[in-house]
Amino acid sequence: MTTLTINGQDHQFDVPDDMPLLWVLRDVAGLTGTKFGCGAGLCGACTVHLDGQAVRSCQTLVSDAVGHRIATIETVGQTPAGAAVQKAWLDLEVVQCGYCQSGQIMQAAALLAGNPKPSDGDIDSAMSGNICRCGTYPRIRAAIKQASAA
Amino acid sequence: MTRIPDPAGFRPDRRSFLTGSLALVVAASLPLGSRMARAAAAGPFAPNAFIRISEDGRIVLIMRDVEMGQGIWTGASMLMAEELDVGLDQVEPDFAPPDDKLYANPLLGQQATGGSTSIRADWEGLRKPAAIARRALVEAAAREWKVAPADCTVERGVVRHAASGRSASYGSLVALAATSPLPQDAPLKDRKDWKLIGTSQKRVDTRHKVDGGATYGIDVKLPGMKIALLARCPVLGGKLVSVDEASALKVKGAHAVLKLEDAVAVVGDHYWAAKQGLDALAAKWDLGPNARLTQADIVRGHEEASKGEGVVARQEGDPDAAIAGAAKKLSAVYQLPFLAHATMEPANCTVHVTPDGVEVWCGTQVPTRAQAAAAEATGQPVEKVRLHNHLIGGGFGRRLEWEYVGIAAAFAKQVDYPLKVVWSREEDIQHDRFRPYYYDRLSAGLDADGRITGWTHKVTGSSVMARWAPPGMRENGIDPDAVECAEETPYDLGPVRVSWVRHEPPGVVTAWWRGVGPAHNVFVVESFIDELAHAAGKDPVAFRRGLLEKNPRARAALDLAAKEAGWGTPLPANTGRGIMVQHAFGSFLAVVCEAEMSGSNIQLKRLVAAMDCGQAVNPDSVRAQIEGGLVFGLTAALYGEITLDEGRVEQTNFDTYQILRMNEVPPIEVHLVESSESPGGLGETGTAAAFPAIANAVFAASGKRLRKLPLNLDKASSG
Repeated sequence: MTTLTINGQDHQFDVPDDMPLLWVLRDVAGLTGTKFGCGAGLCGACTVHLDGQAVRSCQTLVSDAVGHRIATIETVGQTPAGAAVQKAWLDLEVVQCGYCQSGQIMQAAALLAGNPKPSDGDIDSAMSGNICRCGTYPRIRAAIKQASAA
Repeated sequence: MTRIPDPAGFRPDRRSFLTGSLALVVAASLPLGSRMARAAAAGPFAPNAFIRISEDGRIVLIMRDVEMGQGIWTGASMLMAEELDVGLDQVEPDFAPPDDKLYANPLLGQQATGGSTSIRADWEGLRKPAAIARRALVEAAAREWKVAPADCTVERGVVRHAASGRSASYGSLVALAATSPLPQDAPLKDRKDWKLIGTSQKRVDTRHKVDGGATYGIDVKLPGMKIALLARCPVLGGKLVSVDEASALKVKGAHAVLKLEDAVAVVGDHYWAAKQGLDALAAKWDLGPNARLTQADIVRGHEEASKGEGVVARQEGDPDAAIAGAAKKLSAVYQLPFLAHATMEPANCTVHVTPDGVEVWCGTQVPTRAQAAAAEATGQPVEKVRLHNHLIGGGFGRRLEWEYVGIAAAFAKQVDYPLKVVWSREEDIQHDRFRPYYYDRLSAGLDADGRITGWTHKVTGSSVMARWAPPGMRENGIDPDAVECAEETPYDLGPVRVSWVRHEPPGVVTAWWRGVGPAHNVFVVESFIDELAHAAGKDPVAFRRGLLEKNPRARAALDLAAKEAGWGTPLPANTGRGIMVQHAFGSFLAVVCEAEMSGSNIQLKRLVAAMDCGQAVNPDSVRAQIEGGLVFGLTAALYGEITLDEGRVEQTNFDTYQILRMNEVPPIEVHLVESSESPGGLGETGTAAAFPAIANAVFAASGKRLRKLPLNLDKASSG
């Protein structure tokens, strides 16, 4: 059995060490807010926090996550940066289909937690790994700026 | 997608949405006591298929349109809330069950969400039943109070009679309203009384899209459910020969190997076990007749077919003679690639087959077709298939297909537990159904003054309509989608012929893709118009204005976009502006794109859109759709291309099927034209507009006319 600390609680899972964290979260722990988009670290839909840093859970093996704090979209609103991002997302009507937005929000929250006043270049470089097919990028950029001013 | 006649001949009309009132009408003839009892037993006040009001005041609005990001649940809720005189915060949207009789989109003739038709269909189609429901509730109060209904007012679902000081909430009137026949009609509100329509309202579907709580089809969780990952034959038309089942089942957590004629799936406790099993399976395929097919074959096939005469969609005058006698003659070939949808939510469907019937959980734009597909695959009658529709993680036409439901059901009928069948991203792209390849030939003449003397446009490509909705084909064999926005342009072009050659390439299935016919033809027409403007030595805006005298709405949109973009003002070196205008999906849109060339690299600098969509129901949502639609189109214009080699799709994931990213997207401005015309469609307009806007900008910046998508200056011939 493997112990993982997810959203502040320890959980035990009977899963292989080389299993990507994404599938533990979605298919074993039932935390489906974290999304599957590509399985190859190319789209950012599966972004979660590992000790506060944004990581792609489809590229993070269980063995890499043991002993670290894993946080998902379900609890990101409990952090100041996460709450500010969620509020800005709703205030500016960022969301369309919403499928990529868990990952976008996790990425943006990690950015703001480490860099409360990001420049346009900082935003581009932090967010360019996250694909949105609905094309919400201009609003994501504006929402990060609003959240950073909060 | 143009209007599709209903294969079954069903024509929704006012009567059809009143069908739901039949029980209440019958109840009205009973004595009062029984009427009350009957009404109470019947549950909520359900005056029609769209509105359910409970005694506790809960108002549920049944959404015939699916929500896939386009904001229609908010727009549709606003239309109904407006006429019901309730707040948007007082209503709850819910999924319509599959039912073509109750929930057909009247513009499509079936229960489908597509073709940017929803708000156009809902404008009358949802306001009217809401107005009738409001009238029934007001009349119930007026009867009870013995006052004139006209003396009652409603605010936030509370009926008031000012003179007597009486008031009653909708919830308290439910039982009374249900005991009387429904009014046959009710007037719609005067626009001066609108409280919601025309104001920017917060979306009703987004709260749980920011906290992980929203449930898409792929998020379904059921007791005992297992996960299957599938592999389809890499070449269309091939068959499964053999698999190493024992190796697959050695994987911890892998439970079963399920086979279809041209696909195989491994079932696991989770996706990872299923994937490990699938990797160990070493499936062997008979690749079938398309095993040697190349992209060059596909292009050659279109090119050869395009030499045929084709079927004429529109002919006016003698364009050949008019072009032959012109001072200047232009002709050009435009080519557009196959495109995948690449929705962020990969294809998936969950099915549980039991002795009592079939349950299906998925996101679909065509609920009745999805239901029928599950019935067919399991051999059950349609009535035994219960479909649970979901929020969709990007549709763009992909969920107008239903084959993924049939495939999931065919696997699920081999097991007795609920089975979630998930497609990997690679399967999703390689086994998508693609936007057709198009090969277009155009010619036109210019007189000595630079005026167009004649115009011909021959489209060659696959027909989605012929497969998807055969009754949508015209009697002469024209697929109206294939020539949409080619047959009718905003311009006065003089003698004109628009024709179509149907060519079905091997190796792929073609499908609707965001922007449908206009996303193809607006690119071709607006690029060629730009070529003509240049050949005539005229400014692209002035040249278009001269052709739009009979089209004031298109011309106003063009003028607004040009003005807001600073058309004609100086730009830095290697930078250019491209403009386009379209009349598509019932809306008028003009876009100016500013692009900078650095070598052969195209950098987007700015986008300015001017939209006349008639009455904007939710203006901020209109802007969001234009922004997103433009980005979707620009992605395809710059990167989108599906190619085949040895019968296999060469693109696999987001590294080989690239999507525009944050750092590549410029500021986008959307300017709305104030209008009281009926609303036009939105979701696909920006996508169609993006292609010519950027291609014309690239020409302005580089002097190179790119007639082939995706735009690639390295491969461009001079032009």
